[in-house]
Amino acid sequence: MADFSGSDLTCLRGERLVFGGLSFAAKSGDAVMLRGRNGAGKSSLLRLMAGLLAPRSGVLCWNGENINDDRTAHYARSQYLGHQDAIKPVLTVRDNLRLWGQLRGVRNLDAAIDEALVALQIHHLSRVTGRYLSSGQKRRTALARILIGQSDLWLLDEPTVGLDRESCAELAQLIAEFRARGGIVIYSTHVDLDVKNPTILDLDDFAIPMVEWLAEQDDLEDMTPAKGALSSQEAAQ
Amino acid sequence: MTGFLAILQRDLRLALRQGADSVMVVAFFIVTTTLFPFGVGPEVNILARIASGVIWVSALLAAMLSLERVFQADYEDGSLELLTLSPVSLELLILGKVLAHWLTTGLPLIIAAPLMAVMLNMDQDGFAILMIAMLLGTPALSLIGAIGAALILGARRGGVLVSLLVLPLYIPVLIFGAGAVEAALLGISATAQLQIMAAILLLTLAAAPFATAHAVRQAME
Repeated sequence: MADFSGSDLTCLRGERLVFGGLSFAAKSGDAVMLRGRNGAGKSSLLRLMAGLLAPRSGVLCWNGENINDDRTAHYARSQYLGHQDAIKPVLTVRDNLRLWGQLRGVRNLDAAIDEALVALQIHHLSRVTGRYLSSGQKRRTALARILIGQSDLWLLDEPTVGLDRESCAELAQLIAEFRARGGIVIYSTHVDLDVKNPTILDLDDFAIPMVEWLAEQDDLEDMTPAKGALSSQEAAQ
Repeated sequence: MTGFLAILQRDLRLALRQGADSVMVVAFFIVTTTLFPFGVGPEVNILARIASGVIWVSALLAAMLSLERVFQADYEDGSLELLTLSPVSLELLILGKVLAHWLTTGLPLIIAAPLMAVMLNMDQDGFAILMIAMLLGTPALSLIGAIGAALILGARRGGVLVSLLVLPLYIPVLIFGAGAVEAALLGISATAQLQIMAAILLLTLAAAPFATAHAVRQAME
């Protein structure tokens, strides 16, 4: 039984405070759906969870251990699907997927790739080079990537972009199977993805106006030069 | 180690399919070198005198030409994100990418260099040392260049910026590379210069992957 949690997370991008004081908890078999207006920080939160970004404050824990303590283990257990599909136009679908399997040290890689391609119904495309794929097929190839190798955590940023209705249903099915195996899925989507009982995390609830946050920080500690510069800019605005 | 070989294999396959980069680098090297006889005149003694310097400077410029591509394509299509998130250490993956870059750009330059040396009337005594010096120098150029290539990720007009960042760092390789050939032409031992070049290579081999990995992680933020 695994659990993944974050407490009191604050995310600062550039000089903009995206969200603050965000906490969540998920355990094996859970699905968490991220909701919020554009720019609410859904992608930022997923990147934070993946370990691409460092939170301004707060910690992310897997089974009670900070994910920063053992990054490699966290990378090995999680699969991240971002906005981009990372598909090379000159390589075939199979060769595109092979690298990611090799990096995870997957045994019987060819069989694993076949299995993933069948699951996403793109097996007939395995020898087609990336440049001839439609955007939906590219997205499916990217989804096939997350099926290759063992993982306990899926972080899916808008996985349904470019997918047709049928593929969305298949994706929902894959998510259900992954949850049944004890995986945790955290995803953001703008369309209805048929996932059973997701926990809903609405990022709009954690938006804090910058000025308020700075005032709070100033109360907590002495002004540092960097923050002084920030707040004077805020005042100027 | 499998991760290192996997990325090396993929980058070589990409270079082979796209092809243009290696050809362009060698063509640039040949064209730049060829400009000098036009510029300074066909006087054979002058050409022989400046040959080692001209070859090295042209090689530096040619090596730099392809730097922008080292991470740019992976950055734009999201592959670099996934490489950062892979359980294999990013430093090792970067070393694999740099080795692929050197095999596709540095190695062709070494092969083309003696031809240019003949064209510039360099004495035959210098050929062997020229190739050994380039064998030690060009991997260092790729390693140093990778730092620059990673630093410019996300910047506009990265190509110009990378030249400004990287060229000053290439100066030691240029000094000792040309110096080694000069020494051989004068009939004295070039061991000292070659040893310093080997030291530069070892230093960059040890430090550059970490600096590059740091710059790549920074670019992901």
